Amino acid sequence: MSSSLKLYGLYDDDGILSDGARVLVGKGIKVNEVYSPFPIHGIERIVGVKWTRIAIAAFLYGLTGAVLSVVGLWYFMILDWPMDIGGKPNNYFVQNMAAFVPILFEFTVLCAAHGMALTYFIRNWTLPGVSAKNPHPRTTDDHFAIEIIPSDNSKFSKEDLEGILKETGTVEVFEK
Amino acid sequence: MEQFTFSSKLKRTTFILMGVGLIALVLGIANIFGSSDEHHHHLAVARLWSNVLINGFFFFGIALAATFFMAVQYVAEAGWAVVIKRILEALGAFMPVGAFFLILVFAAGTFHFHHLYHWMDPAVTDPESPLFDSIIAGKSGYLNLPFFWVRAILFLGVWIWFWKRFRTKSLEEDLGFDRKRHFANVRDAAIFLVFFGYSSSAASWDWIMSIDTHWYSTLFGWYTFSGIWLTGMVVTTLLALYLKKNGFLPQLNASHIHDLGKWVFGVSFLWAYLFFSQFMLIWYANIPEEVTYFIPRIEDYTYIYWGMFLVNFLFPMIALMDRDHKRNYGFLITIGIIVLIGHWLDTYMMIIPGTMQEHGTIGFIEIGLALGFLGLFSYVVLNALTKAPLVAKNHPFYQESIHHEIH
Repeated sequence: MSSSLKLYGLYDDDGILSDGARVLVGKGIKVNEVYSPFPIHGIERIVGVKWTRIAIAAFLYGLTGAVLSVVGLWYFMILDWPMDIGGKPNNYFVQNMAAFVPILFEFTVLCAAHGMALTYFIRNWTLPGVSAKNPHPRTTDDHFAIEIIPSDNSKFSKEDLEGILKETGTVEVFEK
Repeated sequence: MEQFTFSSKLKRTTFILMGVGLIALVLGIANIFGSSDEHHHHLAVARLWSNVLINGFFFFGIALAATFFMAVQYVAEAGWAVVIKRILEALGAFMPVGAFFLILVFAAGTFHFHHLYHWMDPAVTDPESPLFDSIIAGKSGYLNLPFFWVRAILFLGVWIWFWKRFRTKSLEEDLGFDRKRHFANVRDAAIFLVFFGYSSSAASWDWIMSIDTHWYSTLFGWYTFSGIWLTGMVVTTLLALYLKKNGFLPQLNASHIHDLGKWVFGVSFLWAYLFFSQFMLIWYANIPEEVTYFIPRIEDYTYIYWGMFLVNFLFPMIALMDRDHKRNYGFLITIGIIVLIGHWLDTYMMIIPGTMQEHGTIGFIEIGLALGFLGLFSYVVLNALTKAPLVAKNHPFYQESIHHEIH
């Protein structure tokens, strides 16, 4: 039962946490997660967070928006109901391209931005009604926590892990 | 190395470039005196003076944009830019030289050595004359020689005066930090920016837009400004990379270069946005007095006009979108040089169709004079760079700047 519990080291300073994480990683311990009320500079490189793929997602959402708006504009303005606005002939999409650019641009941005925001919320599971997952309420205030999963670090016993955590300057080590 | 040394090899290169420029100048003058008939004589005159104006404005714009950018850093109390402040100051040093060439073009126009500024001809505003032009006469309340000269002298004078003031105070700061001096700089920069906001627009109407006297665009000032801002950022980046590559400016780190890359990327979007905004509204409304500006550019200079737009828009967008490319010297230098040529062509397109109609060409005179100005610009800027330590050590944000780190 206790093997499924996660181990937390609580710190009262982000600098001490960064140094502590460096020590842990240096000893070959895998740090699963870090909780902080604000972004800690450079922590992702210390604990080895994978580079985010949200940029690729953003590109795909933008591409979706661009394609949808091209198809939509072509259908509304060329095929279904050709309109003569300000004397511009519009039998062809290309001839009206300049007039369509603002809509293409806006719809691309709209899709990319909303897609990115929704992806972020779903990926982190921070949706309305979802309960908070922080191990200690003070990690949203003035404390910082390192999360270690003992079963990921089977080379070390749980007591060893606790001992190493305590040496890095934690204010508290607890299981949850 | 804290102090820049202008190597004799580099000095020789700038002199060779200036020599090419002189040959082009002599050739341009020979063209004027060697022309067979009056038509060719007029074209040769317009060609030479247009090119002096194009290059004078292009390189003056870089110097002005650098001073503008420095003022923005002061007002924003931005820390990161302290390590490139001396580069911006050195770029600003070209302003008096650039102003000399602009004044030369205006004076030559005033005394009718050339007719780039059609409205300067007294006959067009004289109702008795057969050349009377009621549209230009209607604008003569603003576009008249005395008021034009008052504005030109005022704008150039105030800009140069502010640059000198920033430079002097910056050099004084090397001797010891004074809080009062720093806040005086912030105040000066704020005053300069307010003045620059109005004067840069009015200057672009006077010096560039009035070539196509009948035409006007309310966006023209912004369009011109975004162009000089972009070239200013590109030259700042290229100079910073040159210094870093040659072992100067060790405080310049990858994050500063990344930020400069972001500026080049961002401002090229601003320029493309303004180009399109100006074009699309005129294209859509299709009013004869407005489309007269675009018709000769699109019909007589199709490839240069659309080519320079696509190059200036697509190259920085595609090549500098990736984070790692903004930190890559090869990408930044290649894109920088392409954008610099692209924006020289933009300046060319703002002036030549108005002064030479469909007869504009890009031959040895154009390229030679541009290289000559490049040589002169490089000489003045690099010479100014040797005059002071490369980093303003007593700037209050110096420590913040050398520890600048972004992802």
